[in-house]
Amino acid sequence: MIVMLAFVIGGLYAAGLYMMLRRSITKLIIGLSLLSHASNLLIFTTGGLVRARPPIIADGATEIIKPFADPVPQALVLTAIVISFGVTAFALVLLHRTYLTIGTDDLDDLSKTDLAKPETNG
Amino acid sequence: MNTLLILPLVTPLMVAAVSFLLWRHKAWQKWLGVGGACLSFVWACLLFARVSGGETLTMQAGGWAAPFGISLVADMLGAVMVLLTATMGLAVTIYAVRSIDERRAAFGFYPVLQILLLGVTGAFLTGDLFNLYVWFEVMLMSSFVLLALGGERAQLEGGIKYVTINLLSSALFLAAIGFLYGVTGTLNMADLALKIGALPASLTAPLSVLFLVAFGVKAAMFPLFFWLPASYHTPPAAVSAVFAGLLTKVGVYALIRTFTLIFAFADVDVNNLLLALAGLTMITGGLGALAQTDARRMLSFLIIAHIGVAVMGLGLGTTRALAGTIFYLIEDVIVLTNLFLIIGIMGRVCGTFETARMGGMYRTHPMLGALFLVPALSLSGVPPFSGFFAKLALVQAGLEVERYTVVALSLVVGILTLVVMMRLWAEAFWKPSPLGVDEVDAPQGKRRVANMLLVPVCALSLMSIGFGIGAETVYGVALTAATQISDANVYIEAVLRTMR
Repeated sequence: MIVMLAFVIGGLYAAGLYMMLRRSITKLIIGLSLLSHASNLLIFTTGGLVRARPPIIADGATEIIKPFADPVPQALVLTAIVISFGVTAFALVLLHRTYLTIGTDDLDDLSKTDLAKPETNG
Repeated sequence: MNTLLILPLVTPLMVAAVSFLLWRHKAWQKWLGVGGACLSFVWACLLFARVSGGETLTMQAGGWAAPFGISLVADMLGAVMVLLTATMGLAVTIYAVRSIDERRAAFGFYPVLQILLLGVTGAFLTGDLFNLYVWFEVMLMSSFVLLALGGERAQLEGGIKYVTINLLSSALFLAAIGFLYGVTGTLNMADLALKIGALPASLTAPLSVLFLVAFGVKAAMFPLFFWLPASYHTPPAAVSAVFAGLLTKVGVYALIRTFTLIFAFADVDVNNLLLALAGLTMITGGLGALAQTDARRMLSFLIIAHIGVAVMGLGLGTTRALAGTIFYLIEDVIVLTNLFLIIGIMGRVCGTFETARMGGMYRTHPMLGALFLVPALSLSGVPPFSGFFAKLALVQAGLEVERYTVVALSLVVGILTLVVMMRLWAEAFWKPSPLGVDEVDAPQGKRRVANMLLVPVCALSLMSIGFGIGAETVYGVALTAATQISDANVYIEAVLRTMR
């Protein structure tokens, strides 16, 4: 199971990075979104995959029996999902604004701020 | 009295919350922001005074004992950085009262600035790795908003590049945290330091490099810095100033914590890598700055070059080198914020940031010229300003361990900085205004600079002079901080009450 998840995570990272290298801003944001999904899945997986063993101490026992489903990675993933949700929302609005202001979706046209001597006054 | 750890966090948060409630009352937002920044400055001074007494303050959030809960820790390094943040926050908030236009103010500029300061302060005070990630994101989100607010074309272009690369670094940071949790089972920095010692080098080496890359993007090191010159020059001056002064320094702070605390007992030797990267950062930053014609882009590349100098101290690894880095960070924060604020004023006076079109300001604004010279010379490392002593500390530390190449490179960066600053001085102040008319009658020359814009600039320049004259005191502070962080047991014991 963990091997399959490792492949899935790798595939998501690959897909995310590939999309980020495309020319369209929309694809860039989809790529960012895939990348954060991959990171979330990674945290979840490295926390250890345990089936049907909640982190609850059994009745009468004093200590929990390992292995159990670790709640900390789940909390980390939830936080990360919420953060990436906010960030994706912002990125989409930024994309929309950029499209309205600059008029193009093409990242190759957005190179004015990289130039040492801009041709026109920015 | 460990509420001193919470107060610098709660104050900007409350100010931001109330400012959001007073959405339509911009004047209230401005003055609340200034009041909040003053209060944060007071808390930061008290925190610094308390920590310089010798104890490391810790607090467990929610009462959960370490290492299970989130710790807030203020050792000397953290307290120094919090004090710097509060000072820069105050300077920029005062500057922003006059300099931000109505449209930006109407869309929440002031509360978001407070949240940015909150994020930065939180990053310096936290003792938990995932909490560091959360504070990084708070800082990042507010920086995205501040960068894009205003919607000018350059801002949006710079914004896309900034957002993309910083989100990539966040994803890498998250992956590194995930791996680290998987192999050690803890996220508390002190506990991680203890547990990582047991791991084999085959695990810790890639982890440390993952952290290096994630924080290197944030700290703008070679070859990860290309987002900075593409984006830092686009927003208004107040925003550029707070970015330049604080955001990259959070990255350097995170690097320092990672390699002096988290990987302190690990089998990992990144010093040579750090030195190589620092050297390349210095050279590319310095040479890049030479090629620019826009004043703000020159400064953006200089930020990068001086980050290289700061990381050089981290790479050298000795206590004195770390003291040099901390002193350099102190000086860098003040001087870079100051320079961006001054260049903002220069831009308002001349109407442009292109050096070819600036000119003649020495006749119309001689005091501005003097104010510009102070941080410019300090950055170049000219005595008696603070930059000279910071550079001296680093050079001496470098010569002690016989790393002559990086030391030579840092001196070259000093010369390159001097060339760039003097060229900016010559273009903007000395040379007559290219408009061709007598400056006294030219509309640009008549533009009066509001006093409120000059107050923070004067204060920061005085600080540069003061830290230069009182360099021994400041170096003493830096040395105390460096001695504390060189021995990870001090931090670990304060947080966990155990020794390795």
